[in-house]
Amino acid sequence: MMTPSSFEIPNFLPAVPEIFVLAATCVILLADLYIRDDKKVITYLMSLATLVGAAVLTITLHTGETVLTFSGSFVSDPMGDVLKVFVYLVTAAVFVYSRNYLIARNLFKGEFFTLGLFGVLGMMVLISAQNMLTLYLGLELLSLCMYAMVALQRDSINATEAAMKYFILGALASGMLLYGMSLIYGITGSLDLAEINAAIKSLDDSKMMVASLGMVLVIVGMAFKLGAVPFHMWLPDVYHGAPTAITLYISAAPKIAAFAMVMRLLVEGLGDMHVQWQEILIIMAVLSMAVGNIIAIAQANIKRMLAYSTISHVGFLLLGILAGTAAGYSSAMFYTITYALMAAGGFGMILLLSRSGFEADRLEDFKGLSERSPWFAFMMLILMFSMAGVPPTVGFYAKLAVLQSVIDVGLVWLAVVGVIFSIIGVFYYLRIIKLMYFDKPVDTAPLETTADMRIILSANALGILYLGLMPGSLLALCVAAIG
Amino acid sequence: MLADLPLLSLVIWTPIIGGLLVLFFSKDEQAPLARIIALAVSVLTFLLTIPLWIGFDNSTYQMQFVEYASWIPAFNINYHLGIDGISMPLILLTAFSTVLVVIAGWEVIKYRPAQYMAAFLIMNGLMIGVFCALDSILFYVLWEAMLIPMFLIIGIWGGEQRVYATIKFFLYTFLGSVFMLVALIYMYTQSGSFGILDMQNMPLGMTEQILIFLAFLIAFAVKVPMWPVHTWLPDAHVEAPTGGSVILAAIMLKMGTYGFVRFSLPITPDASQQLDWLMITLSLIAVVYIAFVALVQKDMKKLIAYSSIAHMGFVTLGFFIIFAIVENTGSTQGMAMAIEGALVQMISHGFISGAMFLCVGVMYDRMHSRQISDYGGVANTMPIFASFLVLFAMANAGLPGTSGFVGEFMVILAAFKANFWIAFLAATTLIFGAAYTLWMVKRVLFGEVANDNVAALKDVNKREFFVLGVLAVAVLALGLWPAPLLDVMHATVDHLIEQVMHSKL
Repeated sequence: MMTPSSFEIPNFLPAVPEIFVLAATCVILLADLYIRDDKKVITYLMSLATLVGAAVLTITLHTGETVLTFSGSFVSDPMGDVLKVFVYLVTAAVFVYSRNYLIARNLFKGEFFTLGLFGVLGMMVLISAQNMLTLYLGLELLSLCMYAMVALQRDSINATEAAMKYFILGALASGMLLYGMSLIYGITGSLDLAEINAAIKSLDDSKMMVASLGMVLVIVGMAFKLGAVPFHMWLPDVYHGAPTAITLYISAAPKIAAFAMVMRLLVEGLGDMHVQWQEILIIMAVLSMAVGNIIAIAQANIKRMLAYSTISHVGFLLLGILAGTAAGYSSAMFYTITYALMAAGGFGMILLLSRSGFEADRLEDFKGLSERSPWFAFMMLILMFSMAGVPPTVGFYAKLAVLQSVIDVGLVWLAVVGVIFSIIGVFYYLRIIKLMYFDKPVDTAPLETTADMRIILSANALGILYLGLMPGSLLALCVAAIG
Repeated sequence: MLADLPLLSLVIWTPIIGGLLVLFFSKDEQAPLARIIALAVSVLTFLLTIPLWIGFDNSTYQMQFVEYASWIPAFNINYHLGIDGISMPLILLTAFSTVLVVIAGWEVIKYRPAQYMAAFLIMNGLMIGVFCALDSILFYVLWEAMLIPMFLIIGIWGGEQRVYATIKFFLYTFLGSVFMLVALIYMYTQSGSFGILDMQNMPLGMTEQILIFLAFLIAFAVKVPMWPVHTWLPDAHVEAPTGGSVILAAIMLKMGTYGFVRFSLPITPDASQQLDWLMITLSLIAVVYIAFVALVQKDMKKLIAYSSIAHMGFVTLGFFIIFAIVENTGSTQGMAMAIEGALVQMISHGFISGAMFLCVGVMYDRMHSRQISDYGGVANTMPIFASFLVLFAMANAGLPGTSGFVGEFMVILAAFKANFWIAFLAATTLIFGAAYTLWMVKRVLFGEVANDNVAALKDVNKREFFVLGVLAVAVLALGLWPAPLLDVMHATVDHLIEQVMHSKL
């Protein structure tokens, strides 16, 4: 612990990527003031450069060892490094996909990129948090950026409503989380996650009660951020109401950060209470898979459909975590990363079909895509089958890994429940493919895209296919990261 | 030498890569080129399977042409391929059927022909892979991946109700297989290996075996399909384009029964014995009840689809009657006959059902109707075609001298060793099969020319003649001289019986 008398300069090295992103974003923020509206592409390129720079720094500074700094409140470990690299990757893809969409809606401004980058910084801090305060700091930085981004389209009633909903419910969840943290702090006397974990082992029964209450509140806060049932209400409305580019941002990388939050808080902080949180997570996982998959069938708007699909994926992700084994955590990590890649591709496809004054967010807008653009229909086919968990796409291995870890701890029934809901889920993904391949196009306008978007989106989908054929390396990476 | 080449990988990947290549010729004006490439690839694949047959060692049950490479080390999943006497003939059948399907769709498919051909080629590779896979996850991946091209084939090139039929097909089969996945993962957590051969050797308690057996049963019964999960098949067959029906009937259905011999019997022998009454009952329902259902069909494709279910009932009957044979006779004699009969029936049904669907396709291409009532007196205008159809119908009814007879006769003969009444019920197929098939043939082919459309029919062209002729030769050859096929199977079947008789408890 830090004592005021012995001040020493902390080791900044593990936090260099964070410092770099902070500095670069501030530079972009200032520079953007002097960039004319028709030259905003410079801001865009600087943002991408920031992400690339952060990735280079994270990879070069990666040692494979766990290094604590800032008095033990910040950690750089293999899991964090892997997750951060995927956060950069996914966010960079999001920026590329969003460009045309934002230009067409007059949103291609510095705010989007600076908020996006500050959000990335929030995710990085959250991923590296080793102390409840650091964790909360990262979480709020991320959340505030997202609230603002949802409201970015000021003259849209839907977006404003979504932002209000998101902000109020998000604040409520943060309050819950904070209350839970304060209870845990009160009973263990520490904010440091490792110390909390040690202190919980020696709690007597009455104190354990309070700690359990704190744990429940923490889980509520986390479930909200993840979008697990019954704390999912915000998710479809926000996904639907926000401009698609923002939905894309919210849906992809922050899930990686939310996974890290669960790992840090539940596993590293409250790992000893596994028996207690396992039951809560089982209920949430089953409900999420059920509600997500069943309600998704009734959606006519693809953003809403993907929102419910997200909820069901969160249910699957929780399966891996609740197993409570290293294999389970690495399977959940694998699931999260692949989910982020699939979500980026899926919403990217909606952006691809959108154009000025046309949102392409209804299911019918995908009709006959295979005639309009056979290549991108095929890309969407890969993405949909991957989300459905059909081999040879990576979505299958994500489900396989999660189911394996659940069965390994003897919860075979839970695996059976999981696969039953995944069958229900297959239906609505198949419907998209049906619309693309079996129906005639109603909208025959050519796709308006740029070459970079075509390339990155194709790479995204083909990457999912490649990982489906050769999942070994990413799986090994996740196993090694959890250790 | 041939044995040094990774033949199985070649046979799997040649059509897949060839199919992707064909996709690059998607433009309408490139269609002739796409067809030629597709034909070349499918023929090449078939030629590559011939060394598998020539180089096959009949004397051993061990897996041959084995290939092994680490694939996903984190889960101990391996790229493990190999074939034995059960899978080798099925691989040849698959490659052979694909060639015929490519030829049969030559000028008939006008809408996006390149993608049609590509889908069949890719599916060809995946199906061959299913029969080669010795790692259960590799098996599962290929087994599921195969659904994607079929889903598209029915959905894009199918009939009126194609969307309903194809989604039903996909969901049904997906529903079945996920339970198998849970069972496979469970066995992995117990034994640490996804290898099928390791699973065959691992000890399992009775409750575990029964649950695993039931999980497998759902997966395979949907695919076979067995009553009462057969309802997707008539829909899928009716709506699928001719090529899709041929592959469905000739190959995909065989995967279900293949699963029983590769997974259920050797991995859960005790549960198989315990639950053989269930399997025999379901098989007999398929043989008898479904035959009645076939009798009343008005749609030719539906009739053949139901007839397929009835014939596949024979295969499952052959596999699961073996326990009753031992119980009744006290010796393992007769078991081999039942299993081999069932295996021969699989191959023979591949030829016959494929041929029947192709025949319906020939008529449908001319008349755009599958209704029996729209036809009548076709023999007057299409004499060559009529003789083919009569031959295949006779084979379907199990006439001696055709391949349809061999398998059914062996299974019935073996069933008599088990129980007279089971054999009796099974033997009714010889009557009912003849009734529904020949009655259809009579209504379609014979009598007065029914209407002007029939009067205007032209007989088969060279392409159709070739396809049907090759199948006719196959049906007759297998019927008159089944010994080469049986020789391939003996060692493997004997080993399978050993595995089945060896309790895992």
